Parts: sequence; structure tokens; C-alpha cells
Amino acid sequence: MAQQHLEYLLHLADNALILGQRNAEWCGHGPILEEDLALANMSLDLVGQARLLYQHVATLKNDGGTEDKLAYFRDVPEFRNYTLLELPHSTALAATAANDRDYAATIVRNFLYSALMVPLWNKLQASEDAQLSAIAAKSLKEATYHLRHSRDWLMRLGDGTDESRARTQKALNHFMPYVQEFWTASDMETAAAEAGVGVDVSSLRDGFNALLDDALAEATLTRPAAGAYVTTGKHGLHSEHLGFVLAEMQSLARAHPEGVW
Amino acid sequence: MVVPVLAPALPSGPIAEKQLADPYHAVWTLLEAVTDPEIPVVSLREMGILRSVREGADGLEVVITPTYSGCPAMSQMEDDVKAALAQAGVVARVVTRLAPAWSTDWMTQDAREKLRAYGIAPPPADGAASACGHGGSVTSVIQFATQKIAGYASPTVACPQCGSENTTEISHFGSTACKALYKCLDCLEPFDYFKHY
Repeated sequence: MAQQHLEYLLHLADNALILGQRNAEWCGHGPILEEDLALANMSLDLVGQARLLYQHVATLKNDGGTEDKLAYFRDVPEFRNYTLLELPHSTALAATAANDRDYAATIVRNFLYSALMVPLWNKLQASEDAQLSAIAAKSLKEATYHLRHSRDWLMRLGDGTDESRARTQKALNHFMPYVQEFWTASDMETAAAEAGVGVDVSSLRDGFNALLDDALAEATLTRPAAGAYVTTGKHGLHSEHLGFVLAEMQSLARAHPEGVW
Repeated sequence: MVVPVLAPALPSGPIAEKQLADPYHAVWTLLEAVTDPEIPVVSLREMGILRSVREGADGLEVVITPTYSGCPAMSQMEDDVKAALAQAGVVARVVTRLAPAWSTDWMTQDAREKLRAYGIAPPPADGAASACGHGGSVTSVIQFATQKIAGYASPTVACPQCGSENTTEISHFGSTACKALYKCLDCLEPFDYFKHY
């Protein structure tokens, strides 16, 4: 099994796990009860997708590893998620405290990720990797619903009060530069696409732009210019935030490394 | 765990007619008692989760297809299947099959009626969930933004209590990932809607 095939699967799995973990921070702290439940449910979907992918990687590697080992016993440089997904729910670069969380940031990021994943899962249904194709068909149904949820809230916040509109625009300005990472293919993505396992990332761009521009127009928000800098999370070079996410997520499993449940 | 992705013929209809000639009819009958842990009025077969019973390389196999990727009830279902068979002295392995992906289209008509009687509005039977538009025209409740993307709009859902289609979606997610929360604008009862998947 080609190493790059496995890394590509880990990239997809890590994306889902890290955003799932981030969004779960709202559990018990949501702005309203309905959104508390919505975010927890979407986190369950994302963690479920990550599990299926990690199980697949563990099966392919066939080295006695498990989904838990992949999720809990790898360190920051081994994670292959987009930098966008590990950032705090905030437009302040150094935010860590719960008080800094802004739901507008959550909604904007979920929209950007869902608008990428709907066309991506759609194409991955035709993957040469039959198990990935099966996971894609399932995940597409869930991603479509997540897109609908974040799109609805983008309308309500963007085309809402002056305050909600200003915060949402600020979140968009903050997160958009990170989207460049979607379109800059890494070696593993190129190799996976050539093997028929993955897809050419540039082929997703039009679909993403159509979803984004349509939603922004309806939400009366302005699309910021893309920056020149490209983040490198999927290469294992992360922001300082991922370490904190992993510390919280992995501490229990690492304190009881032989624990089973 | 090895997860086969091949899809042999899928049983769909009620077992009484469909499975009598099936050599595993007795097993199917035992499994009739296994219900959805979250919705105890419907069986796994009626939900379309139970896909087949067959002889595998290591003996009897029961094939199930998971619903939502993160559904916490899945491992419970697996345990329940094993327990129901073990009680009758039958040893079987539970095999999880992902493809084709589970769909609410696989729910039997009986399951839909039972859901409704239980107070949960069932998903549309023919996959016509994308027929859209909000049921209610009342604007005093929270209304979601206009949907332009085909297929993403809230479907019209009849109230399981009074049958009125004058309902509105309160929240995309209800008590579980598979349900959304609606409210009837005629009898004013809130209710769960099992989403089309």
C-alpha cells in the first residue's frame, strides 16, 4: 500500500476529527439550545466519518494499530488536517479562552469546510479505493446537511443586525486566506489523484466558488481578496493552536494507554 | 475488521412473505424482536438496517448497514443482535457493510406508520424529500432563510398529531442526528421529524 494513499486517508480523517473536536467545544455552551444540539450532532457525524477512515487506514496498514492509536497517539507534526480547522472559534489570532468564542466564526468556518466537502465527497464516490468510495457516499449525505445548516445561519447572521453582520464579515475576512490551502495540492493529494484514489483539488474550485458566491450574495456579505500566503497544515506544519486541541483530546487516552471501553 | 463492500441481493419487504423460503427464516424471525435502541417501536429490519443473513467463512453472519456515521446506537444494535440470537443458542458474527449507504428509503411502510403513531413524523417514502418550501406562512416563529440550493430546503412535513401540513422547522437537529425539530402551527405541538437521508 502506497504511503501517500494512507496519508491521503489520514488527511481526510484528521480534517473530520479536528473540526469535530473543535465544534464539540460548544457542547453545553451553545448560544441557544437548538444550536448546542446541532453542533454536538454535527460533531458526532464528523467523528463518525473520522472513525471509518481511521479504521480503514488501520486495516490497510495491518500492523496491529487501531483507530484509537491513530487518533490519540500521534503528535502535531503527524496530523494532516487543514490549518483552518484547528483555529479557535474566534477572529483573534491568539484566542484560547472560552470567552473569546464567537458563533459567527463557527458558522463561517463550517460553511467553508462544507462547501469544500460536498463537491469532494461527491467526487470521491468514484474513488478506486472501494472502501473510501463507500465512506464518501455516506459522508456526502451528512456534509450536504451540514452545508444547509451553516448556509442558513450565514444568511441569518450576514443579513441580520449590524452587530451580527459585522462579526460575520470579520470572521470571513479572517478565515478566507486559509482557504488557499484547499487549492494548493500536496504530494499526497497529487499521488492519490493520479492513482484514482483521490481527486484533483483544482477541479473542486469552481463548485466551491459557486456555493460561496451564491451564499455571500444572499447573506449580503463581501468576499475578501484571497491572500498570497498558503498555510501548511496538511504537510504537518501547523499553527500553535493544534497542540492545545490535541492536549485536551488525547490526555485521557494517554493517561490510560491500555484502557478499553 | 474486514468490511466487505460488495452488495448482494438486499431483502426489503416484510419477512413473512419474502423470507419463508429463505433457509435463514428462523434467524430472521428471532431478529424481529431486535428494535432500534432509540426508537423501540420499530425493528432493525423495518428500519432497513438489517440487510442479510448468510453463511460466511466462519459461520453464520448477520449483515447490518449503519445509519449516520456517528450514530452512538450502532454498537448497541450489534450487541442486541448477538444477544437475541445467543438467547436462542445461535452464534453469529455481525458484519458491518457501508455500501450501498443506508437510506431512509429502505424503511418499510409499517415502520413509517409506527413512527407516526409514536409521535415522530416519518421521512417521505419515495425519496421526494427535496420537494420543498416551508409549510407555514406564519412569520411570528423563527423562519429559516430562503433556500436557493435545490434539495436543501425544508420539506413539507405533516404533523403526526393532527395531520396538518401547516408546520415549520424549528431546528435542523432534534434529539438525535437523524431527526429535526418541527412545530405544528395548527395544534401548536412541537414534534420530531425523521429526516430523509
